[in-house]
Amino acid sequence: MTNQLTRRQLLERGAAGGAVLTLPGLLAACGGTSKAGAGSTTSHQLAKTLNFSNWTLYMDTNNKTHTNPSLVAFKKQTGVGVSYVEDINDNASFFGKIQGPLSRGQSIHRDIIVLTDNDRYLGLMLKKGWAEKLDKSAIPNMKNLVAVQRHPNFDPNRDYTLPWQSGMTGIAYNDTLTDPVLSLSDLLENPKLKGKITVLNSMGDAMTIVMLANGDDPAKVTDKSWNDAFNRIKKAVDNKQIRQFTGNDYAPPLAKGDLAAAMSWSGDIAQIGNKHIHWNVPKDGGALWTDNMLIPKGGNVYTASVYMNYVYDPKVQGLMEAGDPKRNITGIYYIPPVMGAKAWALKYNPSVANNPLIFPNAETLAKVHIFDNAALNNQKYLTQWQNLISG
Amino acid sequence: MNLFHRHRGLTPYLLLAPGTLFLMAFFVVPLGFLAYQSLESGNFDVGFAFTWAWGNYWTALHDYRAQFVRSLEYAGIATLLALVFSYPVAYWIAFRGGRWKNLLLLFIVAPFFVTYLIRTLAWETILADHGFVVNTLQSLHVLGSGGRLLATSTAVVAGITYNFLPFMALPLYVSLEQIDGRMIEAAEDLYASKWDAFWRVTFPLSLPGVVAGTLLTFIPAAGDFINAQLLGSTQNHMIGNVIQSKFLEQTEYPSAAAMSFILMAAILVFVFLYARLVGTEQLTGTAV
Repeated sequence: MTNQLTRRQLLERGAAGGAVLTLPGLLAACGGTSKAGAGSTTSHQLAKTLNFSNWTLYMDTNNKTHTNPSLVAFKKQTGVGVSYVEDINDNASFFGKIQGPLSRGQSIHRDIIVLTDNDRYLGLMLKKGWAEKLDKSAIPNMKNLVAVQRHPNFDPNRDYTLPWQSGMTGIAYNDTLTDPVLSLSDLLENPKLKGKITVLNSMGDAMTIVMLANGDDPAKVTDKSWNDAFNRIKKAVDNKQIRQFTGNDYAPPLAKGDLAAAMSWSGDIAQIGNKHIHWNVPKDGGALWTDNMLIPKGGNVYTASVYMNYVYDPKVQGLMEAGDPKRNITGIYYIPPVMGAKAWALKYNPSVANNPLIFPNAETLAKVHIFDNAALNNQKYLTQWQNLISG
Repeated sequence: MNLFHRHRGLTPYLLLAPGTLFLMAFFVVPLGFLAYQSLESGNFDVGFAFTWAWGNYWTALHDYRAQFVRSLEYAGIATLLALVFSYPVAYWIAFRGGRWKNLLLLFIVAPFFVTYLIRTLAWETILADHGFVVNTLQSLHVLGSGGRLLATSTAVVAGITYNFLPFMALPLYVSLEQIDGRMIEAAEDLYASKWDAFWRVTFPLSLPGVVAGTLLTFIPAAGDFINAQLLGSTQNHMIGNVIQSKFLEQTEYPSAAAMSFILMAAILVFVFLYARLVGTEQLTGTAV
């Protein structure tokens, strides 16, 4: 009996041992501050492989061979194979994944990643010094960047980022359930739509549209314009007008009829392809966002820059965007940032090239606005917004 | 002679070592780190520093009291409902299932071969505004003509109840199945009515299953955020939703860590009171 442990003794000793062992681990695990990033590669030699992380359904695809024609052609042209991974679902969780290694100065083994400009994480990557400078000498095609994208406030000279694709935020409605919903006041204040509408949980998207409806400038947020817009949404929450705040998960309920209208992204609606669901830029204006390529610290700058140059060739971009029904190629169907892409898209797939959601006309583009980058990082706004959307 | 004979005292520790090391590495150390983090101040842009910021706890409790209360409330109701629904089922399978027992148990478990997310999404369809359930309830005037289930607390509680049902049903089944039928016969021989026999013999003997089931249901349910996210509206968010958003979207790690600890503490208090009420022996079944 003396040599045997009772169950209770075992537990007690186990617990005591645990307490002792934890302390060093605890001290070792804590390092709150960030260090400088890993060293960059600046040689002008192409790597064998380009590691590219992107969002889903964001590349031209051959439906027969399940390959990406533009990537195959890139390899033929340069010898660089692209390891293309669709592992970005939303900015927040992707940033959550990569910030650990980056803050410890480790490489994330990616040469290009894509983040959205109306969320705070793109700006944060630059501010933290976690992005490599582009090798502009390898990107002569940068001259094809559309004028409106040349000087964004988070990267005024486009030293670190280049747009991948853009999209618009507006209002979609199901015509079997409601009259056309063409303005924000209709969406948030029409009693017939009570409990039948959703608003995007992305602060930049939602606030841009509300501020425009209030007659304020979403590119220069002030405390007053913020409060006015915030209170307008809050009122709609309190009235139970807003059913939920959503990501792109508004699509199925909108198609099923649980929702009559939703604040939504243009590309999603183009993809749903339901003839009862219509999308429009609200009367007072909509939001424009852009997904941007950047080279995370430790990525191969030259190879990534050569690839960026490749996609900024209007001929390449035209095919990527519009696809080619004759060769069974599906395009990206968002808004390309490359001048001259439309001319090529017309040759490959005229119906896409003439779709106003994909190649918006000047009139539409004049109605969409970009959200203030400073406001995206305002901790007070962020907390207030998050508390609103999490009840 | 052999190693184990000479070091008999070591054997239990050796047997414990793998489990202990595992818990150290993946539970105690992360928990310690979480505790450290919960006392930091600062923000993601300028970095966090350890400052014994107990205020994080106070702020979290103060700002998110509604969500804390709601979490415990939803989890409590769902646990009760799960108990009420699964007890008769488990009872019937254990005593009347006969040779179909295993098949019937499979029916309980089968839906859970499908992932959690898909099952919850299925409830979106079941409770849809123009779905069968809502239409039926509307025609029975249980719901008003504009009434709905999706994006209400009813839907969230229903989702949680459904998703955790097997955690309740299986322990219940195991403890009911182990009951010696002769004890119930004896009770009836001693002039207990069926009702009395159930409440005085069967139910007390099944208490280990009830306790295990309620704990297995309540604890994860209180921290759940998927059901509130998919089936609820903004007004139905639970503390899990807030923690998720603080960690991933707002990168306010200290505040999120503090909330995790408050939730843990709240659950511990609940479990402690519950254990005091029914007795810990019920959990291990040593009372029998």
